[in-house]
Amino acid sequence: MTSAGRRRRRDAVNNVMLTLTGLSTLLICGLLFFVLGYLFLKGASTLDWAFFTELPKPVGETGGGMANAIVGSAKMLALATAIGVPIGFLGGVYLAEYGQKGFAFVVQYLTDLLNGVPSIVIGIFAYTVVVLRMHHFSTLAGGVALGIMMIPIAVRSTEEFLHAVPRGLREGALALGAPKWRMLATVVVPAAKQGIITGIMLDLARVAGETAPLLFTSFGNQFWSPGFNQPAASLPAMIFKYATSPYADWHRQAFAAGFVLLMLILTINVSARLILSRSRLSRAR
Amino acid sequence: MPRLTTPMPGSPKPSEELAGSSPAGDAAAPVTVQGAASAELFGPGVEEKMRITGLNFFYDKSQALYDVSLRIPTNHVTAFIGPSGCGKSTFLRTLNRMFETVKGTRVEGDVRLDGEDIFDLDVTSVRRRVGMVFQKSNPFPKSIFDNVAYGLRVNGGLSRAQVAERVERSLVRAALWDEVKHKLHESAYGLSGGQQQRLCIARALAVDPEVLLLDEPCSALDPIATAKIEELLLGLADSCTIVIVTHNMQQAARVSDYTGFFLMGKLVEFDRTEQIFQAPARKETEDYVTGRFG
Repeated sequence: MTSAGRRRRRDAVNNVMLTLTGLSTLLICGLLFFVLGYLFLKGASTLDWAFFTELPKPVGETGGGMANAIVGSAKMLALATAIGVPIGFLGGVYLAEYGQKGFAFVVQYLTDLLNGVPSIVIGIFAYTVVVLRMHHFSTLAGGVALGIMMIPIAVRSTEEFLHAVPRGLREGALALGAPKWRMLATVVVPAAKQGIITGIMLDLARVAGETAPLLFTSFGNQFWSPGFNQPAASLPAMIFKYATSPYADWHRQAFAAGFVLLMLILTINVSARLILSRSRLSRAR
Repeated sequence: MPRLTTPMPGSPKPSEELAGSSPAGDAAAPVTVQGAASAELFGPGVEEKMRITGLNFFYDKSQALYDVSLRIPTNHVTAFIGPSGCGKSTFLRTLNRMFETVKGTRVEGDVRLDGEDIFDLDVTSVRRRVGMVFQKSNPFPKSIFDNVAYGLRVNGGLSRAQVAERVERSLVRAALWDEVKHKLHESAYGLSGGQQQRLCIARALAVDPEVLLLDEPCSALDPIATAKIEELLLGLADSCTIVIVTHNMQQAARVSDYTGFFLMGKLVEFDRTEQIFQAPARKETEDYVTGRFG
């Protein structure tokens, strides 16, 4: 083949690959925008002030909202964070900084296993441990189930961002006479802080949409659920209930709830990425 | 102390009657280091700050330092030179027990600071008394002020005013104060490479160490920044014992009073700097300082 011919061939391959990768990217973005757009079209019109402030109305009555589901989800996610983040963070610190070869390997492996457990199985576990003991469904049980799901990702992301802190920073602190725990608390963790927070936010976003474990832990509630000891409504569970019902009015509400949930997750994801990219920029010189 | 330039190849070989020296090129005999432990080496009025005896260093199964013995003089600059991988950085890290941060390392032998065994003392107190500056500057992601104040806050017991005063004094000693006094609360990462290294020196000085170890502190810096740091080290030596590891022989010749030559984990020769560079006792030393290898 002549040199010009080889050049044409190279250009052709280039163009084919560019087209393929470009099309894939368009497909991915398209899917996301399709889902968002579909939910928006179907559900945004149902979104009004009442949606965010009123309780669900019985079938046949128009209006009403999902205020109890929004509050319920918020409470369960807060509880999940309170359970999952400390355990996950401290576990990640242990793995990154103190782990001995054999034991650390076992902990990592079990963490990855836990991450792979189907969410409905975690729901069954929380059902056995919390609901059966208390003899009723509750926000607490839902929060526990979601918290367990948050642990593995919090551990791994903390560990990963701690590993990314350069060795030089640790040595610098130790060489000044800092004991190890102090070096970790005042130099290493602050240096990894933005990455860890981002990891936790993404973790939260993932868990916010989980439905299966909530079906038999918090179960559901048509009314407000004060405290943590009563069954509670949550956005994912309401979507499930309303979408599988035969009522058109409920279908519209399900779309609206889906849209709200998706916007919540999207907001958390985007803010997390922004925080992380800002920290990367300030670090690069 | 007169400063020197490195000798040209072919400078006169030393007489073999120098006290305690092994015949040059005698590989079979154990290394007896020229004068390293002898009292005459230091001269009148020079005290001993650290004494290392029979130091052997192991990374898991392999050995990195073989039977190193020497004394570090107080308030002078001691340099260690040698080709890459000869063990000089490893040796430096035993002086403040920093090797203990790496798993699988083991040390045999005796290291004394002012007569006390550093392995009997609390490790954080050893590291406060024997500070270290690293090859690649490693400022914390904090402000300039907080970097220098870090060691002070870790050790505690100082009021805010005292901390501020010590921070200023350290930055002055590190020849950085004028350049940063108006921006103490800005991030340390905004400084240039040379400034960051001087910041690390200020940070190490803030806790008033008795000994300052520097591991190739200028290897990542341009000649002007290097010159600034060398000048500040010469000024510091009056109040602090300086130990510097360098692969740059001219730097060792410029800056130090005493020089030790490491080769393959052994201390081949340790003597006053002008001896090492003008009339080394060992052939290996002469080959190295005249540039025949390394």
